[in-house]
Amino acid sequence: MNFDPRFSGRKFASVGTRPIRPDGIDKVTGRARYGADFNMAGQLVGRVLRSPHAHARIVKIDTSKAEKLAGVKAVITAADLPDLTDGDAAMYDVLDNCMARTKALYDGHAVAAVAAIDARTARQALKLIEIEYELLPHVTDVDEAAKHTAPLINDAIFTEGLEEKPVKPSNVTKRSQFGHGDVHQGFGQADFIVERSFKTEQTHQGYIEPHACVANFSSDGTADLWVCTQGHFVYRQHCAQLLGMEASKLRVTSSEIGGGFGGKTHVWAEPVALALSRKAGRPVKLVMTRDEVFRASGPTSATSIDVKIGARKDGTITAAEATLRYSCGPYAGSWAEIGAMTAFACYKLDNVKTVGYEVLVNRPKTAAYRAPSAPMAAFAVESAVDELAKKIGMDPVDFRIRNAAQEGTRSSYGPVYGPIGIGPTLEAVKSHPHMKAPLGKNQGRGMACGFWFNFGGQTCTDLNIGMDGSVSLAVGTVDVGGSRASLSLVAAEELGIDYAQVKAIVADTSSLGYNDMTDGSRGTFSSSMATISAARNAILILRERAAQMWDIAVDDVVWEKGHAIAKGEKHGNLGKLSLKEIAVESGKTGGPIAGHSELVADGAGVSFATHICDIEVDPETGATRVIRYTVVQDAGKAVHPTYVEGQYQGGAAQGIGWALNEEYIYGKDGRLQNAGFLDYRIPVCSDLPMIDTQILEIPNPNHPYGVRGVGETSIVPPLAAIANAVSNAAGVRMTHIPMSPPRILAAIEAEREWSK
Amino acid sequence: MAGIAVSTTINGDAVEYLCQPDETLLDVLRDRLGLTGAKEGCGTGDCGACSIILDDRLVCSCLVLGAEAEGRRVETIEGMAHGDTLHPLQQKFLEHAALQCGICTPGFLIAAKDLLAKNPDPTEEEIRFGLAGNLCRCTGYDKIVRAVQDAAIVMKGA
Ligand code: FES
Ligand code: FES
Repeated sequence: MNFDPRFSGRKFASVGTRPIRPDGIDKVTGRARYGADFNMAGQLVGRVLRSPHAHARIVKIDTSKAEKLAGVKAVITAADLPDLTDGDAAMYDVLDNCMARTKALYDGHAVAAVAAIDARTARQALKLIEIEYELLPHVTDVDEAAKHTAPLINDAIFTEGLEEKPVKPSNVTKRSQFGHGDVHQGFGQADFIVERSFKTEQTHQGYIEPHACVANFSSDGTADLWVCTQGHFVYRQHCAQLLGMEASKLRVTSSEIGGGFGGKTHVWAEPVALALSRKAGRPVKLVMTRDEVFRASGPTSATSIDVKIGARKDGTITAAEATLRYSCGPYAGSWAEIGAMTAFACYKLDNVKTVGYEVLVNRPKTAAYRAPSAPMAAFAVESAVDELAKKIGMDPVDFRIRNAAQEGTRSSYGPVYGPIGIGPTLEAVKSHPHMKAPLGKNQGRGMACGFWFNFGGQTCTDLNIGMDGSVSLAVGTVDVGGSRASLSLVAAEELGIDYAQVKAIVADTSSLGYNDMTDGSRGTFSSSMATISAARNAILILRERAAQMWDIAVDDVVWEKGHAIAKGEKHGNLGKLSLKEIAVESGKTGGPIAGHSELVADGAGVSFATHICDIEVDPETGATRVIRYTVVQDAGKAVHPTYVEGQYQGGAAQGIGWALNEEYIYGKDGRLQNAGFLDYRIPVCSDLPMIDTQILEIPNPNHPYGVRGVGETSIVPPLAAIANAVSNAAGVRMTHIPMSPPRILAAIEAEREWSK
Repeated sequence: MAGIAVSTTINGDAVEYLCQPDETLLDVLRDRLGLTGAKEGCGTGDCGACSIILDDRLVCSCLVLGAEAEGRRVETIEGMAHGDTLHPLQQKFLEHAALQCGICTPGFLIAAKDLLAKNPDPTEEEIRFGLAGNLCRCTGYDKIVRAVQDAAIVMKGA
């Protein structure tokens, strides 16, 4: 059956309600199994040896002593993971990141690994591995690394995207540019111009569950991998490629996942665990320590951004320009490119230009972190927008409303928008009681907008109807925060049955066709689309079976509220058949009833949010307190509103941590100084107020229920909203994130000096 | 290396095990006894995911040695529900969607149980400070605080 994904404007019975999630009981009783909660008979403990140096050539590795230690079953180095990437540069980087080949490129880079009978033996074995390093000069700061004089991290890299091919290698891997119109002319029409430079420090996704997996390589060449991941199908592809296996021989089961936020979209330890298991001939469990999580996984880019915006006296922006430098770690990425695309996406601009530069540094490989790259760009742009509004003498909300993008606006990154929510979120903020609440001494209010694309992608779903009328839904998108509940609601809605009749599970890679990652806010968007399609296919069969039971034509059977109904006067006395009644008879009417769906979910609607916050600044110490916080975001349609609120609150809290506190601190030696939750402090319960949410529903025309992705946009505005609030409270513009007490104090003191 | 023989009580049951002198109680619970409800988020006492109650005191089990449980009473998340009847905190966490990924949930439930045992009628601020030793990266804590507030009301009525 051809699937029609267009928004239908139907009235909902299940969607929009707030039932308890199907995986809930297991999670509150401790029974749910996460990455580290799974064990196999005869399992060994895997541990990874990591470089203590930021940049060093590996001259020699001697593993002989470790191999001789009693209880050690395998020791591997890069030699055990030969290069099978066949010219695929991105996969080669993944391979090199899993296990350094010729050079250690950051403090924490894996250089060898062992599998032993217990953790103590494995730890001892690591100490017996001898490595001779030749230290090389390193660079960890994004601006320093971009200079011509900086130590080169990879001398085979020449900046892409320049008009002329450069003659010298560089740490700048790529230049990208977006925009339209003529910014030079636009600035000429401006009455007011704001121009400023901003910096943001590197942060980690901070999921509470460290990476963990159990690999079991069998002597027949097949393997099983149990792992906490946001995308088990992608992990299968990558691991199979790196180990030289056929994908079908590797079965990957996704465990419950204890947070990912983009950080569990890359393989790190998994190919290593598989290689250890292959060599040892036994299952291997590999769990990262928290120190390893910080030093070797994650983090987001550190950035340095210049912004220039001009406007006329009436508040119309005439031109906007930004140059964005994003750190990628030691491997090429497209992080600045995404930042350059999102920077001005909230606004309707005639003249706009953004240029992004990807910069290599001796830090861990940058990974996605919730709406990756967008929060930093929004921080710079929304700070400048606030400042410009002030210069013109306009209210910051009114200034944004005047310039907000609308349906039909050509976005700064190219496409023309359909129906979008930036205007409505701003109007909602304007009339929100939070905006009128009085402020106390040393308190400031800030607001800011944010944008994120949302992805769709490849999705495959099975819906099986049991003979008792219960429905099992097998999806291939990992549930990172309640999507099994949302997808069960969608199945119940489409079939017209009770939520309690549906049980959703995440199927392993051998049980279902390929699915892209749960990233780009696609989980509920794409899998709900596939669920609707699968349910519609099942309904077709249910109607056929009902027709058989009644002995009438299938065209005379319609599906309404969970029942087959015979249509037309001639069938007047046939009554109706419930899903269950049809299912019970299925053995006699043609066998099992199921609906399958495979599709590429196109048309993920873009998403916008506007946040408001009040911050109190202690002018003596620079310490801050978040007094009040409000999130307004468009969800398209909130399938399970409680979990939508949860996404809004969680993103805001992460943004608050990033804005005020969190940062990677490197010493002069290029070593990470704060690889633990004590010194890398994420917000705790007593740091935050309640986080108010307001869900707007501007239907996505490309989804039957109007759903948009909701997972990521909530982290985009907080950096800027909080910076605007702190700037208002402290009376000085903050340009460096995080706004830790010393930075705020320094800014206040500099301002005092200056105004003397 | 010879192990240390330990006799203790876990969730009301007498339990005996052998452990190494440097082995944490968290490792014993998870790796020797199959009680994987307590999670290791850091191993350094900073995240609270491994929270348990030891003789009426809330502790991080990653900071307690397995040998220290000798002759004491250990309460873990696995002992919180009575049969298939959930503890009011567990029920309220579900109703308020106080968990997203759920990895922090066992630790929060244990910490909240300890908090309400000592202070049955806490203010929002007391809840926030009482749970400040437990990290959650998903929820922003809003729904966790509300679930604890709601559970406190139910428990007072009981
Ligand atoms: S694992 Fe014990 S406090 Fe984090
Ligand atoms: S629910 Fe994921 S860390 Fe708390």
